[in-house]
Amino acid sequence: MAAPARTVAVPAISPKLLAAALLSVGVLLLLAYLVGFDQGAVSRSGMYLHELMHDGRHLLGVPCH
Amino acid sequence: MRTFGSLLVRGLIVGLFAGLLAGTFAYVMGEPRVDAAIAIEEAGAAHSHDHGHEEEAPLVSREGQKVGLFLATSLYGVALGGLFAVGFTLLRRKLRTGNDAHAALGLAAAGFVGIVLVPFFKYPPNPPAVGDPDTITKRTVTYLLTLVIGLLAVWAGVALSRWAERYGEVARLAGGVVGLVATVVAAYLILPRINEVPEAFPATLLWQFRFASLGTQATLWLLLGFGYAAAVDRRPAREKVTV
Repeated sequence: MAAPARTVAVPAISPKLLAAALLSVGVLLLLAYLVGFDQGAVSRSGMYLHELMHDGRHLLGVPCH
Repeated sequence: MRTFGSLLVRGLIVGLFAGLLAGTFAYVMGEPRVDAAIAIEEAGAAHSHDHGHEEEAPLVSREGQKVGLFLATSLYGVALGGLFAVGFTLLRRKLRTGNDAHAALGLAAAGFVGIVLVPFFKYPPNPPAVGDPDTITKRTVTYLLTLVIGLLAVWAGVALSRWAERYGEVARLAGGVVGLVATVVAAYLILPRINEVPEAFPATLLWQFRFASLGTQATLWLLLGFGYAAAVDRRPAREKVTV
């Protein structure tokens, strides 16, 4: 017997939710940028963070060098 | 009703664990290949620059980079987990399943195909010692383009399969495959070819590295999908929102 259908308990997409979602996406993309592409421009750490995460970048498939 | 905050925090936490475990996979399977590639790079450098300048001390030692690997995969996991949660929140109503676990797994499969597999087959990842530093900007832009195109291709596949389903089950499946593959093939033909692997670089090592990289990302997405499925499924079951 098939399981009964369930209503989906996710918040309706209000302008407020959309704003929160977009803000989160911005912050999260910045974090991904720090790992994958930053060469000190955003982190202000010189090349230190870039070099520290060097192996991770290669193994996550991001172009490097 | 779940709040956006609770959906997001679950994604961040699941992403952190997925990233740590992907880092473990990368450490075991990938680091030996990275070490081997760097050894080749250094042997090559010793050959070509034998006019005796002092070797610069690296900013971060190899041991440091192996620790940094876990930092990189964890932060990347957190970022992906959060983006995944936002995607889940915004797309959940569009996914034709009453089961949140299935929705999370479907979304993870779509993300893996779009963000990992589509870029992988056009621009397979390279170990250190492969890749011309002068083309990094071009390679970064084309790589990011393949990510976007990959997601578009998944969307095209879903859209075409939904349009074709009125013609039956076979048409639904065929529509999905055609939408995805046609988009990917068109993009592959248009995007520039990049091959910077030196002649002498061992093919076996190259592909061992590439599969380690693919495995790292597969680990991340598998754990993200199953982890989020487990994390998000519990609450609505308790809330008994049956129709």
